[in-house]
Amino acid sequence: MTLADYRAKRGEPLIKEEEEHAHADHHPNALEYAQIGLILAVITAAEVGLYYIDMDHSLLVAVLIMLSIAKFAMVVLWFMHLKFDANVFSVLFVSGMALTFAVFIVVIAAQRGHLV
Amino acid sequence: MTSIAVPRRSPLSEALKGARRAAEDHSSIWSWLATVDHKRIGVLYGISAFIFFLAGGVEALLLRTQLAQPNADVLNPDQFNRLFTMHGTTMVFLVVMPMSSAFFNLMVPLMIGARDVAFPRLNAFSYWTFLAGAIFLNASFFTGDIFAGELGAPDGGWFGYAPLNLERYTPGHGMDFWMLGIQMLGIASLAGGFNFIVTILNMRAPGMTLFRMPVFVWMTLVTSFLIIFAMPVIAVALFELTFDRLFGANFFNPEAGGNPLLWQHMFWLFGHPEVYILILPAFGVISEILPTFSRKPLFGYPFVVFSGIAIGFMSWGVWVHHMYTTGLGTIANSAFGVSTILIAIPTGIKIFNWMGTLWGGSIRMTAPLMFAVGTVAMFTIGGLSGVTHSMVPSDFQQQDSYYVVAHFHYVLFGGAIFGLFGGIYYWFPKFTNKLMNDGWGHVHFWLMLIGFNLTFFPMHMSGLLGMPRRIYTYDSEMGWNLWNLMSSVGAFIIAISVAIFMVNFVISLRRGKEAGTDPWDGRTLEWTIPSPPPEYNFKEIPRVHARDEFWHQKYREDETGRVVPALAGGAVEPETEHAEGAEHGGGHGHGIHLPSPSYMPLIASLGFPIVATGLIYDYALVPVGFALILVGLFGWAMEPATEEED
Amino acid sequence: MAYAASGHLETSTGLDNRKLLMWLFLASDCLFFGSFIAAYLLYRDRSLVGPYPEDLFDIPFTSVSAFILLMSSVSMVLALAAIQRGNVRNMQIWLFTTAALGTLFISGQAYEFTEFNQEGLGLSTNLFGTTFFVLTGFHGAHVTIGVLILVSLFVVSLRGGVQQKDSLTIELAGLYWHFVDIVWIVIFTLIYLIQP
Repeated sequence: MTLADYRAKRGEPLIKEEEEHAHADHHPNALEYAQIGLILAVITAAEVGLYYIDMDHSLLVAVLIMLSIAKFAMVVLWFMHLKFDANVFSVLFVSGMALTFAVFIVVIAAQRGHLV
Repeated sequence: MTSIAVPRRSPLSEALKGARRAAEDHSSIWSWLATVDHKRIGVLYGISAFIFFLAGGVEALLLRTQLAQPNADVLNPDQFNRLFTMHGTTMVFLVVMPMSSAFFNLMVPLMIGARDVAFPRLNAFSYWTFLAGAIFLNASFFTGDIFAGELGAPDGGWFGYAPLNLERYTPGHGMDFWMLGIQMLGIASLAGGFNFIVTILNMRAPGMTLFRMPVFVWMTLVTSFLIIFAMPVIAVALFELTFDRLFGANFFNPEAGGNPLLWQHMFWLFGHPEVYILILPAFGVISEILPTFSRKPLFGYPFVVFSGIAIGFMSWGVWVHHMYTTGLGTIANSAFGVSTILIAIPTGIKIFNWMGTLWGGSIRMTAPLMFAVGTVAMFTIGGLSGVTHSMVPSDFQQQDSYYVVAHFHYVLFGGAIFGLFGGIYYWFPKFTNKLMNDGWGHVHFWLMLIGFNLTFFPMHMSGLLGMPRRIYTYDSEMGWNLWNLMSSVGAFIIAISVAIFMVNFVISLRRGKEAGTDPWDGRTLEWTIPSPPPEYNFKEIPRVHARDEFWHQKYREDETGRVVPALAGGAVEPETEHAEGAEHGGGHGHGIHLPSPSYMPLIASLGFPIVATGLIYDYALVPVGFALILVGLFGWAMEPATEEED
Repeated sequence: MAYAASGHLETSTGLDNRKLLMWLFLASDCLFFGSFIAAYLLYRDRSLVGPYPEDLFDIPFTSVSAFILLMSSVSMVLALAAIQRGNVRNMQIWLFTTAALGTLFISGQAYEFTEFNQEGLGLSTNLFGTTFFVLTGFHGAHVTIGVLILVSLFVVSLRGGVQQKDSLTIELAGLYWHFVDIVWIVIFTLIYLIQP
């Protein structure tokens, strides 16, 4: 049984309301997705390039982390559509991220403090 | 079922049809294997959890028999290690957690006015995976020469500290069973956590805002969030241990530079949220019982809810209090000491609100109420010893002594178990249409209360007198003899009280007084539907206008503020009839469609113990297990959620 | 699922159950990968013997495979866009592309693992071997499962089983796929690019 038959049997419309709204909101088109893809590729190339440049280590780390955050954010906000979707999803995902981030901080702090 | 290409009228297709028909015949055992009904899954969880409660209890009685007297030789050290490891692991993972799941399953959909959970097959999968893990874990007992007294069970403690958990210090397969078994249980819990969050957020009856939900549902929600964030951490720790033990990795291997303390950090990062996972459901249960038998609303509902949420958040920031004595230093210890003291506050708020609920109420001292009050009292004692643990200097004396054993039994047994027993007495009538004998319920309560306190209170003494944990015997001159003897006697009194409960349960099932729809004059939606509930739960999904909706349908307050029955026109008759045209499976247009039974969750979950057995004994089994999981998952994905019309 | 008497599925939040489930799962999976990454970071520089990361890492190679995985996210979102517009054919092309790129990524991982192994890095060799292989191994397992899901959807779509109204299923597969990609973004930066 396909999803179509399944929904028809239950008397549901073929396309649900929420799904229609998803189209009604600003929805990136294929061109915009391709553009983001290009930006991601450029950033990756830049990261690799920077890796080979002789620079202050802390600066390199900072820049690399910021560039990664930019890539991460673009994929999450546009490809995963979080920018346009209900807030609940963002809250959930950010919670998971925040907790993970907190674990990182604690681990690194503990390591620096020779606690583990 | 699955749309596999099978020639018509072949033996295989006939067998499949037979299995499918059997799945829908409620009297057949096949229907239990294929059930996706939350009520049946709840019963399965409840029965399983109780059986493991008996197993864990027997393990405890063996331990207490050994410790009743100094220098006893009822058990040798190796047997003792395995029994206390399994006692702890069983009680935490195979009793309190699944019994809480039983209540989540039985009650949450009814309390929010839903027909089932969001993902019924995922729900079944949770149960079967739990059962697979539980059986796998206990199978370890039989991997040694059991008739020679060699138990193959895990022997590294329920917390499995490194480096003891590494193969060179715990050789044999016991810890392998432990790490893989708990991994399976973790998957089951995770699946349940996801399911209940979606159910609670998405499937509430119209008008039921989050702040009109019963507190039990709130506690289920908080617990589920704790589960989905804490279980991955223990899963990673267990995977790391698995790689160390089975494949020679170095996560906890000091010789390669690994740090055994990493295990403790990860275990307790999981472990502390875990103890709140263990207690919050019971807190939810008593938050339902106390108002009902006080004929008053829960005092300070928003405070009870917010303190539950606060506990959820704060539980992430206290784990190091299990590790004060591992040499982390003053700064870390002090910081976590402060956070641990602070976490006592939200719990204290709950205690006051429960007391406020009883205060001035019209109290009916039924068995469920006794257990609820017992929970509050016993948990308070356990909470107080917990506060003494939070102070770093005093914890330095208490750590690894019997004082800790006293503390956690007061909160877990006195808190969680007493609360869950209260829940059993409270909701038994809803699912069986019988009342448990209240008199014998009181006997159970008092005997259990006395036995429990006799068992665990002396442990504060023996602990402060220096008796370490996890020792299989002690010398007669230590000054611990009397306390240990008292504990052992108490343990057997507990056992007698449990036996009384079991007899009461079985006899009440057969000959208990008929309960009817609303035996307790309840406040929440589950009391509006027949006992036992029809498969579809609600003939019509209710419209909710207030917290304690059912109470407000039955009663209103008159000019003086007294509670009086609502006007006849406003009262809603509890449902007594089955809905028209309601059939399970395919409807005829206007019927209530229910999810079809399915064997796929069971099939998928069977793959896990096969993979685990393969990892320990024969790698050839591993792909077989994975294949079975895949078959189950694909079958699950392909079959429709509701019955195809034939 | 709970159905109102009319048979129409409605949720209290208005959000689809399955989408909510997927986001919960991804939030939970953050902690899963976070814990493994934390273990790697903790044990970085603490290996008592070599080989060490700087001896083995081939940044140009890994950056190509990181690029491939990023591009697979592009093709994945194009597949979703296609089916949302009702274009089954294009969705199939992009699904196939995504699965192919994913497979290419895994092959790259397999190659890298073999190379490192030949250079003397095993699971038991040192802390680097342990933490690296387990972390990237679990990531690879996630990618493999993703490829399996994509291929399954592709096959089902060949039989007409994926239509415009089924776009949620593709969206969910996409969410999983993008998540696996962003985990690699984190791993690539923290493990490969940032050397102590």
